[in-house]
Amino acid sequence: MARLIRTEKEVEGRYEEVWTVVEEDALDQWPAGPLEVVGQPAQRQDGLQRARGEARYTADVRLPGMLHAAVLRSGVARADARAIDVLPALELPGVQAALSCEEVDFLDAEAGYPGAAVAAVAADTIEQARAGVEAIAVEWDESEPLLDPDEAIARGQLVSESSSYERGDLEAALAGADVVVEAEYRTQSVLHNSMETHQAVCHWEGDTLVVHISTQYIWGVRDELAEKLGLRPDDVRVVCEFMGGGFGAKNGAGDYSLIAAELSRRTGRPVRCALTRREENLAAGNRNATIQRLRAGARSDGTIVGLGGEFVNAVGWSGWLAGTDGPMQMLYGVDNVATMLRGAKLNSAPMAAFRAPGFVEGTFGLECLLDELGGKLGIDPLELRRRNHADADVLDGRPYSSKSLLECYRRAEPHWDRRHEVRARSDETWKHGVGLASQVWYGGGGPPSYAWVRVGSDGSMTVVTAMQDIGTGSRTAMAQIAAEELGVSLAQVRVELGDSARGPFASISAGSSTIPSMGPAVRSAAGDARRQILELAAQRWQKEQRTLSLKGGRIVCSDGGSWPLESLLGLLEDAQILGMGARGPNPTGMRVLTFGVQVAEVAVDVGTGEIRVGRIAAIHDVGRIINPLGARSQVEGGIIQALGHTLSEHRLLDPRTGTVLTQTLDAYKLPTIADVPEIVCEFVDEPDSHLTNLGAKGLGEPPIIPTAAAIANAIRDATGADVRSLPIDREEMLRALAALARAKERSGDRVAARPA
Amino acid sequence: MRCGFWRNVPWSGVWHEDRGVKIRLTVNGEPREADVWAGESLLTTLRDTLELPGSKNACEQGECGSCSVLLDGALVCACLVLAAQADGHEVTTVEGLADREELHRVQRAFVEAGAVQCGFCTPGLVVATAALLEANPDPSDDEMREALSGNLCRCTGYAKIFDAVRLAARS
Repeated sequence: MARLIRTEKEVEGRYEEVWTVVEEDALDQWPAGPLEVVGQPAQRQDGLQRARGEARYTADVRLPGMLHAAVLRSGVARADARAIDVLPALELPGVQAALSCEEVDFLDAEAGYPGAAVAAVAADTIEQARAGVEAIAVEWDESEPLLDPDEAIARGQLVSESSSYERGDLEAALAGADVVVEAEYRTQSVLHNSMETHQAVCHWEGDTLVVHISTQYIWGVRDELAEKLGLRPDDVRVVCEFMGGGFGAKNGAGDYSLIAAELSRRTGRPVRCALTRREENLAAGNRNATIQRLRAGARSDGTIVGLGGEFVNAVGWSGWLAGTDGPMQMLYGVDNVATMLRGAKLNSAPMAAFRAPGFVEGTFGLECLLDELGGKLGIDPLELRRRNHADADVLDGRPYSSKSLLECYRRAEPHWDRRHEVRARSDETWKHGVGLASQVWYGGGGPPSYAWVRVGSDGSMTVVTAMQDIGTGSRTAMAQIAAEELGVSLAQVRVELGDSARGPFASISAGSSTIPSMGPAVRSAAGDARRQILELAAQRWQKEQRTLSLKGGRIVCSDGGSWPLESLLGLLEDAQILGMGARGPNPTGMRVLTFGVQVAEVAVDVGTGEIRVGRIAAIHDVGRIINPLGARSQVEGGIIQALGHTLSEHRLLDPRTGTVLTQTLDAYKLPTIADVPEIVCEFVDEPDSHLTNLGAKGLGEPPIIPTAAAIANAIRDATGADVRSLPIDREEMLRALAALARAKERSGDRVAARPA
Repeated sequence: MRCGFWRNVPWSGVWHEDRGVKIRLTVNGEPREADVWAGESLLTTLRDTLELPGSKNACEQGECGSCSVLLDGALVCACLVLAAQADGHEVTTVEGLADREELHRVQRAFVEAGAVQCGFCTPGLVVATAALLEANPDPSDDEMREALSGNLCRCTGYAKIFDAVRLAARS
């Protein structure tokens, strides 16, 4: 039965109270461990389409008569576009329409960052559209940009209300601590750089707006466009079957889809608006830089008594406060915690969610601080984390729906034990070391989400749901879940997805939520289809329905009889069995989180500052694993993205003008295949017995969270130097080594000055 | 150098005042013709005129390898080759790597090894791997790193791409 409930909804660490309809989950969880299909490594169902170049992305959509849009963007960090004249553009060959911030409210004359869109042109070819943009006459009123986050905070230039949190009495705890450490950490701004840039192709079919878009949230785009264009939601159809990566930056509709929709309305022709790589790196979102001023105090037995953090997120021109303070509040069982998180409004591009927003940055600070604390206490880093393990949720004392972090630590031991052997490889030049870091994140998903399963007389089973597969392999995972429930092989199940007009509502693919939100809905739909098949089988063979089950493509009776599934389904002819399923509620009164630990091995050339990461072992606890092959690939991908964040990636701004200096992939250093270390990946793979009919949590984000701190801690282990600023490029490494040398010199001086 | 301008190609296209250049080339074994403008890249011609969108455009300037194709058997970034330079030459794209029904061993290996995630870089990586194995049937890990470091992938973390290359080399 459907129920209307008031519940907490979480996406990317942001909670809101919402009314939602939930349906009871009638299915018991499957037993733990690998099953017939679920838990077995499965190749991508659409892998061959992708490998043969046959998958059609938004980038490949070419509609008859399609126009191309180019966007006029601000070239400076802070300017007002006054007196825009688009008429010169309209006089050029091929130009069909132009619009500016003077006519539409999704473009803003106040251009608060380099790359802010103020006008757009549609033309027969992209070259003509770009020529049109060049021809637009704009009077720019420039002013001095604000780029320093601390200065913005001091001036009270905030993007939103600051967020403070307190439990216990931090100051009293630190005053009574045996050891206190204090340090400032900084993380840089990094760019998503999905291989497919942000883009949309829009056209109108009567009153219906059809939007092909590279998106992580088909239904969110539908609602956003409907609202902004004054349409009914069902008059917007959103299509995205294949998409080339998002990592959080494609959660919304973006201005490019509005530009394409409006230019299409004006011209009566389809319009494509696709960002170039340069535009992508200017105006398509970024992980904001942070400043973290942290304190920790502990008793000599290693009990952490207090944690405090003053966090500044350099949010940019607009955006929201990603939870940089989250790990400090949530990861350890510490009684006294106080955090303050502020968001600086700056003349730089708006941030966007980027794979575990806030937690990647906050974990770097917290987990490095913990090792600095452990160093002063003389306590082994793994032991220090064990001693401060949180047995129940520290925010409000709720029980965890499941938590196997201690098991992750146990499995990390063999990797951690390698440190003696690794350190022994050090010589005069290359210093070797090992470091580790823990991770906490959300990833429980939630309702609503729906799926249908269609079973035909030929035995084909099709899952229908208007979800998107952003490249993570969700399509294959959904097919595995349906195949398991229906007792058939994976090859017998197809998944139709990616079109809001051709399937029920499906959740966003963000916040590690696709598997935990969609998976239970698909199982529920397959379960409904299974019940209907067994009802018919009971009538066909005069058996009691409760004695029947589906297994290995057969209808199996507990009395020993069995019949091929086709012998029943063949009777259907044109009739179909339609199963419907919905995602049930999350367990009430429980905290659903994911956990893990990573161990990194590094070598540092103390002469040049070169850092080589040799090996990373990742052990994660995300409940049941649906597809081990896909899951390992998620972990490897997360770790390599983290490697870029830790060592090489950096959106560089000119400190005076705010110009983005890293707009292309030669300047912005993504990791390549040459940078890949050995990666060892393990899962606890224990279903969360309280969470849905699957017991599976999400895995998209956890693997990127602890890597930076694990590497920085390994560098400290190798060299003794404290690296507190990302990226740890050679300059930062050499700076840290020089600081260490100066500190040693000073303490040497003190020793020398001491009277004999 | 791969992903540099493709040199030593005599320019033989015929210039037409109104339309630009007519080029004739062999694409995936078939003779094709296209009207291109003088500055048009081979990638644009392949994707927009010859309707072969398998080669992807992700950086427009030879930094990501997503548009990797074979030009007379040599690996190039199609975005850095002028369409007119391909006049009279043979181009193989990801769509033409395998025979019509068959799969290329590299394509099969990428899927079996789980080396495909979002797949936007995959066509380029598949072509680059095919070129690598053609030149070096049994590459070492370092040779793989060298040969494929011009192909950026943001999803997989590359680990399974090593698996795929090894698998393809064995098959």
